[in-house]
Amino acid sequence: MASLEVERLTKRFGTSLAVNELDLSVRQGELVALLGPSGCGKTTTLRMVAGFLPPSSGRVLFDREDVTRLPAHKRSTGMVFQSYALFPHMTAADNVGFGLEMRGLNGAERRTRIEEALKLVRLSHLAGRLPRELSGGQQQRVALARALVINPRLFLLDEPLSNLDAKLRAEVRIEIRALQQRLGLTTLLVTHDREEALTMADRLVVMEGGRVRQIGSPRELYDEPHDAFVADFVGRCNVLSGRREDETTFRTDSGLLLPVDTGPDESNNATVFALRPERIAISPGSDGAIHGQVAAVTYLGAQTEYHVRIGGELFVVIRQTPAADEPLASVKPEDIVSLEWDRRTPRLVPHTSSNGRSS
Amino acid sequence: MFARLTERPSLGRGLMRAMIGLAYLIIFAPVAMIVATSFFSQQIIIFPPAGLTWHWYVNAWDNPEFLRGLITSLQVALLAAVVGVPIGTAAALAIVRGEFWGRNAISTLLLAPLAVPGVVAGAGLYMFYVLAENVLDRDIKATTQGLVAAHILLAIPWTVRLVVASLQGLDRAAEEAAANLGAGPFTVFRRITLPMMRPGIVAAAMFSFIQSFENLDISLLLVGPGRITLPVAMLNYLEFRIDPTLAAVATVQILIVGVLMVVTDRFVKLSRVV
Repeated sequence: MASLEVERLTKRFGTSLAVNELDLSVRQGELVALLGPSGCGKTTTLRMVAGFLPPSSGRVLFDREDVTRLPAHKRSTGMVFQSYALFPHMTAADNVGFGLEMRGLNGAERRTRIEEALKLVRLSHLAGRLPRELSGGQQQRVALARALVINPRLFLLDEPLSNLDAKLRAEVRIEIRALQQRLGLTTLLVTHDREEALTMADRLVVMEGGRVRQIGSPRELYDEPHDAFVADFVGRCNVLSGRREDETTFRTDSGLLLPVDTGPDESNNATVFALRPERIAISPGSDGAIHGQVAAVTYLGAQTEYHVRIGGELFVVIRQTPAADEPLASVKPEDIVSLEWDRRTPRLVPHTSSNGRSS
Repeated sequence: MFARLTERPSLGRGLMRAMIGLAYLIIFAPVAMIVATSFFSQQIIIFPPAGLTWHWYVNAWDNPEFLRGLITSLQVALLAAVVGVPIGTAAALAIVRGEFWGRNAISTLLLAPLAVPGVVAGAGLYMFYVLAENVLDRDIKATTQGLVAAHILLAIPWTVRLVVASLQGLDRAAEEAAANLGAGPFTVFRRITLPMMRPGIVAAAMFSFIQSFENLDISLLLVGPGRITLPVAMLNYLEFRIDPTLAAVATVQILIVGVLMVVTDRFVKLSRVV
């Protein structure tokens, strides 16, 4: 397994910049997720790393070796495609064996390796099936085995879970992560699903408009987003615009005063107040400094979501569903509730980070 | 309310089935009539028949024009498909995959023979052949080569159409996957692209063959004495007699095309291509 470096990678399609001076590194054995909305350039980046797309400028390095000009079939990466891209006219075993054949392995050796790979994804019993005779989940495992059997220098995953149903997705997510850690695979994952990125990745790269917005561990991105876009994209967030009144107060555009504690790292150009819905305490009554009217209560099973209107702002609060005898359990729309939070929890960030390429 | 909701679709479904049945009837009735009349015993076709007989098949077999015509037709159709399908396939690849100026014009041009009436195309080719003969000082019209060349014009548009359709439906990610696994461009084409195109190519070969095999209008002016195709032989026969011999010959024709389709369908599901 190799390490991956991407330096000032740029891709232009006509006049539009799909990827703009992107820097990125994946250490050996690390799983890095490129996360962003569609059209943010994450798939274009992956395709340039795989060698399917020539960059307009910039470099791609495997183990510090420049592979920018190397064609895809000489890069020795193992890619799992969104559509799986199995060869429809070949059996599962032949699909898995294709890469080995290209590497000139003889029949006997190939058979052993195919068997091992299919065992790894628990599909040995279906080796003789054609792709169309397999379920979506099984096809996906064939695609995984096919990419891994060649001992790739780099493991590339392009939205690998998007064609699976929700339940299977959660399972396969854990399975791929376990496999990746056990085999120590240097992995680049592309996804638009923040839950997928948060649960699978060692580090996340949040992209937007062809640029990196922030790089960091899932916890860093969740708790310390650099800007409003990251705060909103990496998880649900109460994002209110306004300005810093003083060191302990933030004034929203509608004039609401919110308690904050601005640390030295938070700049003066912060125009956005960002607070995760689960970090807000809620209680019935108007005792608290910040109180307002409940607009909606949504029961989600283990959790309950409250929409609270305060002044001109709408707050989303997510709490564990209260037991039937707790006072909060009887809260219904139009009731008055108080909100409270640790004044150190809210993040004051710029609307868009001026320093998009910092880590 | 509920009763109506459940009743209505079933009425609609009944109507739809009736329509489908009618469509099949309209398509198959003439075919069935031809097959049936080939067994009627009278020379003049009367319904109901006085009796059944194999006589017309024997009669057709005894007529050397039909047998020779059948052999010529099979030869020409086979040659037209063998030459036309690779040309059409290459053209389809260029149209779908290539990026060059005038691509759309070429695509339209290659499909054009479908839009030109056969008699017109045949007459045009006849005149072209006459001119070419004068220039080249060798026979072209009334030769097998000349006829095959004309029928290749039938094979190409069908091939282009079917192969372009199969190429457009092809998942290019599979080709990228093959490259990702270490296959160079030529290997990708040979091992992945070509096999994935196979249903389209097989269907194209079959349609080209059938188009040529049953063609009358283009062939009419281009056949020479002793090298008459089966449809032309049938037309010649019709000039002097009307009896169920022709129905017998047509039944054999239908049988050949039918067998061809069934055999092809075993290799590629035609319903998926056409």
